[in-house]
Amino acid sequence: MSNDYEVFFRMRDIIKKYQLGEEEATILKGICLDIEEGEYLSVLGPSGSGKSTLMNIIGCLDKPTSGEYILHGSLIDDLDEKELAQIRSREVGFIFQNSQMLPKLDAMKNVELPLIYAGVRPRERARRAEEMLVKVGLADRIHHKPNMLSGGQQQRVAIARALVTRPTLLLADEPTGALDQHTGSQIMDLFQELNDDGHTIIMITHDLKVARHARRVVNIIDGELTEAEEVTFA
Amino acid sequence: MKRFFHKLFGGFYMFTESVGMSIANITQNRLRSFLTILGIMIGVTAVIALITTVSGVSTSISDSFTSMGAGTMTVSVTGNDMQAGLTSANLDEIAALDHITGVTPSVSATVSVARGDAYESDITLAGKNDYYFITAPDAVARGRTFNPLDMDTMARVCLIDTDIVDEFFYGVDPVGQNLYISNLSITVVGVLSDTSDESISEMVSGSSSGILAPYTTVLKLNNETLVTSITVYIDDADASDTVQTTLGAYLDALFSYEDDTYEITTMDSIQETMDSMLSMMSALLGGIASISLIVGGIGIMNMMLTSVTERTVEIGLKKAIGAEPSQIQIQFLIEAFLLSMIGGVMGVVLGIALSAILCQVMGTTFTISTSAIALGVGFSAAVGILFGWSPARKASNLSPIDALRRM
Repeated sequence: MSNDYEVFFRMRDIIKKYQLGEEEATILKGICLDIEEGEYLSVLGPSGSGKSTLMNIIGCLDKPTSGEYILHGSLIDDLDEKELAQIRSREVGFIFQNSQMLPKLDAMKNVELPLIYAGVRPRERARRAEEMLVKVGLADRIHHKPNMLSGGQQQRVAIARALVTRPTLLLADEPTGALDQHTGSQIMDLFQELNDDGHTIIMITHDLKVARHARRVVNIIDGELTEAEEVTFA
Repeated sequence: MKRFFHKLFGGFYMFTESVGMSIANITQNRLRSFLTILGIMIGVTAVIALITTVSGVSTSISDSFTSMGAGTMTVSVTGNDMQAGLTSANLDEIAALDHITGVTPSVSATVSVARGDAYESDITLAGKNDYYFITAPDAVARGRTFNPLDMDTMARVCLIDTDIVDEFFYGVDPVGQNLYISNLSITVVGVLSDTSDESISEMVSGSSSGILAPYTTVLKLNNETLVTSITVYIDDADASDTVQTTLGAYLDALFSYEDDTYEITTMDSIQETMDSMLSMMSALLGGIASISLIVGGIGIMNMMLTSVTERTVEIGLKKAIGAEPSQIQIQFLIEAFLLSMIGGVMGVVLGIALSAILCQVMGTTFTISTSAIALGVGFSAAVGILFGWSPARKASNLSPIDALRRM
């Protein structure tokens, strides 16, 4: 997979259909989206709008029924399972609503996990994982297991895990959804710092207040994408 | 080149990590893992215990063959129309051949025995000559053995074992008393010792019996004059081939060089038959025991399938952060393999212990059979991979979206 296209992120006419029993449901109806490196984008939409499906496609967990999707120079449309996994490993850092730490592993091991699958040497792995945990402010929680960490701390571990592979794209699905307001805004501050450092972030949310933290907001309603007005007061 | 090494080492690090994670998973569900391991363990224990025990028995049998059977051969004679067996004179001539120390005929009759009110039919009466008591010096506990005169005169004397003593002479000294054997009054001249083990040749020919009489007497009871089966004793086991030749030449001459008039069986050939029977038995028992290994494998498969279902979210997450399907598959395969191998190793240890005890109880030689251990370990490894394959495949094919939806 070489960088065949000199494009950072481009979606053209992305259509996703699901077979629901006899009927065919069109979840995404021709999504077009361009993102530049270093952008901070929110996808805002109510539940059932197709935003999870869009996130799955952006995150290379799923493939569109039709349309063209280029991420960091690679055309995603005709990749197989294994190649998709490699793209995810290299290009995408996922942050889920629940941090989804593996309960048996400590913070350090959880952060190391993506590097294990990427085949990074143990010493290098430990160095990078520690670096990321320090970066998200968990220097003193490195060897704590998930049940010893608060929700906000777990979400920070998840962010460190997403960052540790140095991905092209940080993809967050309702990153504050399970957190109280105070902790949520701390996480938002962290996102802002990461964006200031040059990370490209796409955040999927149904909450306008959360969405407004991003520099750019797009609305998704009923499978169609519309650009919201520029948000200047981030 | 650099890329290749990166891939190779990356795979290795992934592998060692997977082993660690598998061990963590196995120890996490201790009871469930133990029960699953138990299935394999019992299977391997059974395989090893059976194979080792049978091989112990077969070693013991070979040993007793060498100690008792070496230096003898049995000859069964059908003879020709002129002479359908061997006469007493023939026996003397055979005993006089080079390297032959003596000959004992094997003759038997089915008789009824009576004394006073006691009566028993269908008792085997075995005919022996005087040389028999030279080969088995401890055979008689009390009284006398048979002598050449008994043979010549077809003397009405017999030796009885303690079972017969208990049945017909309870509280009476049997020596000198009479027994009615098939309506002939026969005098008991001695009692056989309990400890006199039957020789292997008797075991093989099935001629063990509670009452012994001079073989000439038994022949007369049967209205026969000829012996059809004899055991030949040789002074030197290495001379077996020479003796076979000279004995064959003598018998050929006796029966006018006709075909199929006699058959010489050495203990070696009996032992070979015995060995092949025992190895067949060992294969058969091992085969039966390996069924339990397959059942154990199904147990592993069941546990792994449950585990895949339980860890759907974990699998989805790992896939989302970049695990390839093959990496997930390997991790589950390693887990199944480890479960099976733990069971296998425990089974080997337990199997060896069990067979040591069994061999002790049965009084046979205990030898650790490396092939049985290799078989047990190899089998459990194969079972782990074989039955872990499909659950691991299922895990690797899980869609990350479906898996994450359950979050």
